Amino acid sequence: MGKFIRLKKGFTINLAGKAAPKVVETEQPETFVIKPTDFQGTYMPKPVVKEGDTVKAGTPLFHDKKHEQVLYTAPVSGEIVEIKRGEKRKLLEIKILADKKVEYATFNKYSVSDIANLPVADLKNQLLSSGVWPMIVQRPFGIVADPSVTPKAIHISAFDTHPLAPDFAVLYKGQDQFFQVGVDILKRLTSGAVHVNTHSTSEISTVFSQVKGAEVNKFSGPHPAGCVGVQIHHLDPINKGQVVWTISPAGVIQIGKLFLNGVYDASKLVALAGSEVKNPQYYKTYTGASVKKFLEGNLTQDHVRVISGNPLTGTAIGKDGHIGFYDQQISVLPEGDYAEFIGWITPGERKLSFHRAIGLFSFLSPGKERVVDTNTHGEPRAFVQTGIFEQVTPMDVLPTYLLKSILAEDIDEMEALGIYEVIEEDLALCEFVDVSKHKVQEILREGIELIQHS
Amino acid sequence: MEFLKHQIEKVKPHFEKGGKWEKHYYSFEALETFLFAPATTNGIKGSQIRDAIDLKRLMMTVIIAMVPCLLFGIWNVGHQHFLATGQAAAGFGDKIWVGIVQVMPIVIVSYGVGLGIEFVFATFRRHPVNEGFLVTGMLIPLVMPPDIPLGQVALATAFAVIIGKEAFGGTGMNVMNVALTARAFLYFAYPTDISGSVWTYLGDAKAVAGYSGATPLSIAADAATTGTNVVTSLNSFGAGWNEGVFSFSNMFMGIMPGCIGETSTLMCLIGAFILIATGAGSWKVIVSVFGGAYAMGLLLNLIGGNAFVEMPAHYHLVIGGLAFGAVFMATDPVTASQTETGKWIYGILIGVFTVLIRVFNPAYPEGIMLAILLMNVFAPLIDYFVVSANKKRRLQRATV
Repeated sequence: MGKFIRLKKGFTINLAGKAAPKVVETEQPETFVIKPTDFQGTYMPKPVVKEGDTVKAGTPLFHDKKHEQVLYTAPVSGEIVEIKRGEKRKLLEIKILADKKVEYATFNKYSVSDIANLPVADLKNQLLSSGVWPMIVQRPFGIVADPSVTPKAIHISAFDTHPLAPDFAVLYKGQDQFFQVGVDILKRLTSGAVHVNTHSTSEISTVFSQVKGAEVNKFSGPHPAGCVGVQIHHLDPINKGQVVWTISPAGVIQIGKLFLNGVYDASKLVALAGSEVKNPQYYKTYTGASVKKFLEGNLTQDHVRVISGNPLTGTAIGKDGHIGFYDQQISVLPEGDYAEFIGWITPGERKLSFHRAIGLFSFLSPGKERVVDTNTHGEPRAFVQTGIFEQVTPMDVLPTYLLKSILAEDIDEMEALGIYEVIEEDLALCEFVDVSKHKVQEILREGIELIQHS
Repeated sequence: MEFLKHQIEKVKPHFEKGGKWEKHYYSFEALETFLFAPATTNGIKGSQIRDAIDLKRLMMTVIIAMVPCLLFGIWNVGHQHFLATGQAAAGFGDKIWVGIVQVMPIVIVSYGVGLGIEFVFATFRRHPVNEGFLVTGMLIPLVMPPDIPLGQVALATAFAVIIGKEAFGGTGMNVMNVALTARAFLYFAYPTDISGSVWTYLGDAKAVAGYSGATPLSIAADAATTGTNVVTSLNSFGAGWNEGVFSFSNMFMGIMPGCIGETSTLMCLIGAFILIATGAGSWKVIVSVFGGAYAMGLLLNLIGGNAFVEMPAHYHLVIGGLAFGAVFMATDPVTASQTETGKWIYGILIGVFTVLIRVFNPAYPEGIMLAILLMNVFAPLIDYFVVSANKKRRLQRATV
């Protein structure tokens, strides 16, 4: 039986422009991009294709020099049109000009009963060679899982509490069979349990509620209840030396499709949302798709920021950018590059704040959907106010002390304060509510990289 | 507005790197961000949206919480002046006027000197001008006697900002509460000007017959030596010129001589309400200081000994500066305990020490200032233990 965990702390950011539960199938974008920078902790990505090569969906594009068996493969078939490098020839992007109809590289196809008898090594090999493996993310550090490790548990968060997050009931509708097979395979890879963590109040899709062989846990509470790091902390916390894997339901379903259909199926639904989108809805496309086609004629104004992912942890990609590997959401917000006359005191009901300081009244109407722009609303300052981070961190972790230990580069202290338990998304709310406007997520990643390479 | 914005944009390049006034960048930044909230946007990666709060707004919230104390203090300075000089019939306007004339110069000197030093340090130390002084600059006048020479205010402010804050690296790094450092400096540098009969502004006028500058704390301390009941002594004080000034209800209202802003427990409670409702001050600290003082008072009542020890515990909450200290000084987030559990311990100990210093220290009747400064120094130690407990829980979990 799963557990029921009630969380109190946190803050759900309620933004205007949530995607309507409508799936649109339009013409597919022309280009698709895989960005090695989407994978935290890749040491030295090395391309195995050249410009001009043709690839099928599932053909390797690059691998990391440290873990050569993990292949990063093409989401669609087509021609490699650009391999973009940055400073010191760092690999930034591999761009594919897609074929009209996707052709798939073939992998082994199994029936459900075959899978139960497959050796673990074969399971891993198929996952590694197909390009599905990078969907598995390892904690600590939030990096692509190391195939040589057996994790103590695998966690799947079956809901998303981020602002403008897609509804998983829409995203994964009708994928029950693939999800079940994915869970069966994951169960073989861990020494412990596979946890499927659902939300207690929203209606749970049968994909998750009917799954067999997994611990189905329930969580209630505001964001970040949907962050898998928070869930792990309450179910089975990570201690020094332990490894846990996390994977999104999309990844689990890809595993199922890989084994049942014998293809790397990178198709996914993406929610286009945000206050500046005329028709916020879901689009069917593939990993790494260009967002240009979805945005054309669909924006209310031109001065916007297009974000791959959600507004708390996402990356600004521009109007002709491409969706990140793990993202299932495109958020479009108004750009906030305006100066407001004595903006530090002007009252406003429309100003969204977790705080209740003079002039900030948004706490009076918590259910109201708000339009929030990308302005910083203030300047960076030294740490002054205390006790705020703790109010949005439903974990037995002291964020201020952890961040200060990272700034001091004190590795023993970081370890003692629980850096193994968190990645950026778990503390993203701290960055949002911070009075002194610190870059909490950036600082945290610096700390993680420091400890990872020490 | 557009014109102003345009002008700022025009001179801005001179202050930026490579400009001719480059070293004054932070002074410029302080003024610019004061006029216009900056047009900066969040980075490419990480949080793309930010809360509407900033440090300026937080500090303004605290200042607004102090306004009741300031306004009441201005009236009370005038009121006490006329009572002590035998003109009890003076009008409301006259009292306010006397109060303004007496209080505003202290406020202006405090802000002028403090902000001046802030800007100089910002220029030389290359750090932003911090909004923290907006609060400190208001706290300092409120804890001064109405009659304080302005030169001393200037000196105390300068000492507090330079030694109490900038020497540690500026706002956010200081160990001790800056406003209390100023007050403590005066106490030790000019003891005659900040103790004894300084709590009523007399001016050139002559005090009425029977006038005494005693405070409830000094009366209580005297009662301990003479053995008379403290409550009786307080109630009978002021006969002939200001009967009932030290009755419990009057002291709660704060219509009595004292520092400019700290006499009224009621006004402090209004301030506390604003701080707690807006989340700008920690309710845990405020509640635990009051609670600690009351509990210590009760304990002393039980033990007994002398008249001061036996003073009813609730009197401790309305006399002296306890309420003001609990609400505005102890809650300073930089110098208080920074962990939530630590805040309880920190507050309770401030309350306990305040009462102990009051009752058992013959040299200095008021304890809240020294109690807060003492606990400021110990706050990091309290936090150390709270953080260690957190680490220990994590470690135990690992070995189970």
